[in-house]
Amino acid sequence: MGLTNQSTGFSLHSTTSELLTSHPVIALAGNPNVGKSTLFNALTGLNQHTGNWPGKTVSNARGTTTYNNEVFSLVDLPGTYSLMVSSVEEEIARNFICFEKPDVTIIVADATILERHLNLALQILEVTPYAILCVNLLDEAQKKGIHIDLDKLSSWLHIPVVGTSARSSEGLTDLMATVSMCCKEKKSTFFKVDYPAPVEKAITCLLPAFEELAPLFPSRFLALRLLLQDQSFFNSLEVYLGQNILDTPTLKHALSTAKCILEQHTLSSENLHPLLVESLVYTSDKIYHQCVTLENSNYHQRDRRLDHLLTSKRTGLPIMLLLLGFIFWLTIVGANYPSEWLASILFSLQDKLLLLFNDWGMAPPLTSLLVLGIYRTLAWIISVMLPPMAIFFPLFTLLEDSGYLPRIAFNMDQYFKKACAHGKQCLTMCMGFGCNACGVIGCRIIDSPRERLLAILTNNFVPCNGRFPTLIALISLFFVTGIASPFQSLVATLILLFFILLGVGMTLLSSKLLSLTFLKGLPSSFILELPPYRRPQFFKVLGRSLLDRTLFVLGRAIIVAAPFGCIIWLFSNTYLGGISLLQLCANFLDPFARLIGLDGIILMAFLLGFPANEIVIPLIIMGYLATGNLTDLTHLSALRELLVAHGWTSLTALCTMLFSLFHFPCATTCLTIYHETRSLKWTVFAFLYPTSIGLLFCFFITQLSRYFIG
Amino acid sequence: MQTSLFSLNQLAIGQKAQIVNVEALGPLMPRMLDLGAINGTPIEALHRSPTGDPTAYFIRGTVIALRQEDAQKIVIQSFLP
Repeated sequence: MGLTNQSTGFSLHSTTSELLTSHPVIALAGNPNVGKSTLFNALTGLNQHTGNWPGKTVSNARGTTTYNNEVFSLVDLPGTYSLMVSSVEEEIARNFICFEKPDVTIIVADATILERHLNLALQILEVTPYAILCVNLLDEAQKKGIHIDLDKLSSWLHIPVVGTSARSSEGLTDLMATVSMCCKEKKSTFFKVDYPAPVEKAITCLLPAFEELAPLFPSRFLALRLLLQDQSFFNSLEVYLGQNILDTPTLKHALSTAKCILEQHTLSSENLHPLLVESLVYTSDKIYHQCVTLENSNYHQRDRRLDHLLTSKRTGLPIMLLLLGFIFWLTIVGANYPSEWLASILFSLQDKLLLLFNDWGMAPPLTSLLVLGIYRTLAWIISVMLPPMAIFFPLFTLLEDSGYLPRIAFNMDQYFKKACAHGKQCLTMCMGFGCNACGVIGCRIIDSPRERLLAILTNNFVPCNGRFPTLIALISLFFVTGIASPFQSLVATLILLFFILLGVGMTLLSSKLLSLTFLKGLPSSFILELPPYRRPQFFKVLGRSLLDRTLFVLGRAIIVAAPFGCIIWLFSNTYLGGISLLQLCANFLDPFARLIGLDGIILMAFLLGFPANEIVIPLIIMGYLATGNLTDLTHLSALRELLVAHGWTSLTALCTMLFSLFHFPCATTCLTIYHETRSLKWTVFAFLYPTSIGLLFCFFITQLSRYFIG
Repeated sequence: MQTSLFSLNQLAIGQKAQIVNVEALGPLMPRMLDLGAINGTPIEALHRSPTGDPTAYFIRGTVIALRQEDAQKIVIQSFLP
């Protein structure tokens, strides 16, 4: 759930080719979840969001860093397991290294699982000689008693090797010094993995043709791609070269000779892949055993013990619910006081502002517009939205950092399987807690198109941070007031947990329904990686999620809300036949809204809240204040009185909460869905489907309660 | 000495075996190869999810989870004594 201004919305969608070219370009490549983003942030000072689970960076992030007065452009490539398979991320990473030709590629490897990561390093070295191996997470490795001889590693691979602990910024100066040196030296000795003799022979056949036709590209790598019949690679190559070299007679001739050689040894493009990987694995194994010593071969015992606690039959699910509940409880309890406190400060300022503007001789309508229209809306947003966000996000980020989210996916997988959904949908659902738009982009980690679409269409059922505070506020205003104070927050937590589970349940049910109807199919094969646990860095997380997520979301809410505060004020102060425009609109919507337990103002707030869900509650408040019963609402506790004065009952609150959980995604999410699916039909579906569910829910509950309660 | 072949989902928790016949994996093959799973690679069943499926396996320093259907496609054999 990377929620920053870089990762939300459209800066993410931009392609790789428009690069800042004046500075040396440094690419960060490596397996998923090795800390590339952490390294990127540490070097650039940017806040690309990080999390301990594979597949978080789905597009190239860019930034700059300075070393010795020299500026470098840094590109954070999506994590890839290899350069062999064509998943979208792998294609992005491979094409960047192969075609954009970064001045230096930093291969980031996890020191605690170096054995496997060397494999990718060897593959990258087939593409570019200008590389540095960065053995990251050295601190974690040391804790586990894994000792790595970096010099030996360097002499094996013929490239510089630097050890870092990016999270504590150790080794970064060394790394940049090495980068700077490599940019100047540009020595190019290709590391060569020795493949079985027939393969080597076939490669040798192809080399002259590639050297002639595509002299700028690594010919050995091109030859391997051709032998593996990697069509997507040659499609990309055609774009970069401006011509299709596969049709040239030289290459055709060379290829048929090469194929003959392979066929003599019963090799084809199908069984070649495992054979090549075998050579890669043998080579990296050999290097690994030469350079790494283990103090204790059971170094992962601690992780296994944690896994047994967090994913076992007896404790797995209860701990998951308790943990989630605990986070909600902390958020509810913790948000109470600062909300109250912020409200009293901001609203006392409101009167001072009114006086100040009067003193300046500002025209009364303008003063009223600025203060009662805009300022008051913003004050509500800050006091209602900020505290829950500022507590929930750091807590959730801590979970994410620790590596717990993939365990949630592991625990929940059975349910997703029954819903014919992909196991990784659980991860994208978790991302949705932060921001549904990010959740939708995150669905790229799902390879199968059918299941990716399922995940995209149902992502909106988990409440994002824009809707989360709405739920919390309404629960604490309407559902826990009669309960003795020590239990209030506990009951509130349980109700919130119920709503979240309702959303999750709806996600599963909808996935199942869609799988049976429009998106028929069975779940595809997948491998879910359970990364090593890492101790989250408490203070860094705190700072980062406060700055990154909370302030960003709040900023967005304020930017969107300010003009709406303005519009609402204008609407409520423009009269048509003695009735304000606002009242007219609300009256128009009212009969329909009453059917589903809401009223005209609430429904209008949801409609106007389309650009950003955060502003729904503030819009409701503004609507009521503008239509007049209570105009001096300057205290948070008065909020309930205001709502009750406008006919709110617990039924209204329940329906508002349900509709908040089940209604159309916000504008950003809709646009992202369109961008990801490239289909207007599915975007419209994603809009209408949750809305109709919400309408149905609210309608039945309202009618039933009217029938039974009267 | 003869060793019997069986599929990964039959591997008991805590037991180790080695992978054979990676070539026959179908859609899982590229992903398994990415993890460095070649013929002869040791794999250990670690634990099952609270609902009994998927199961977590340890392979080349990494923990991965596989659904029963997928594990069934992976052929293994026990280590020679």
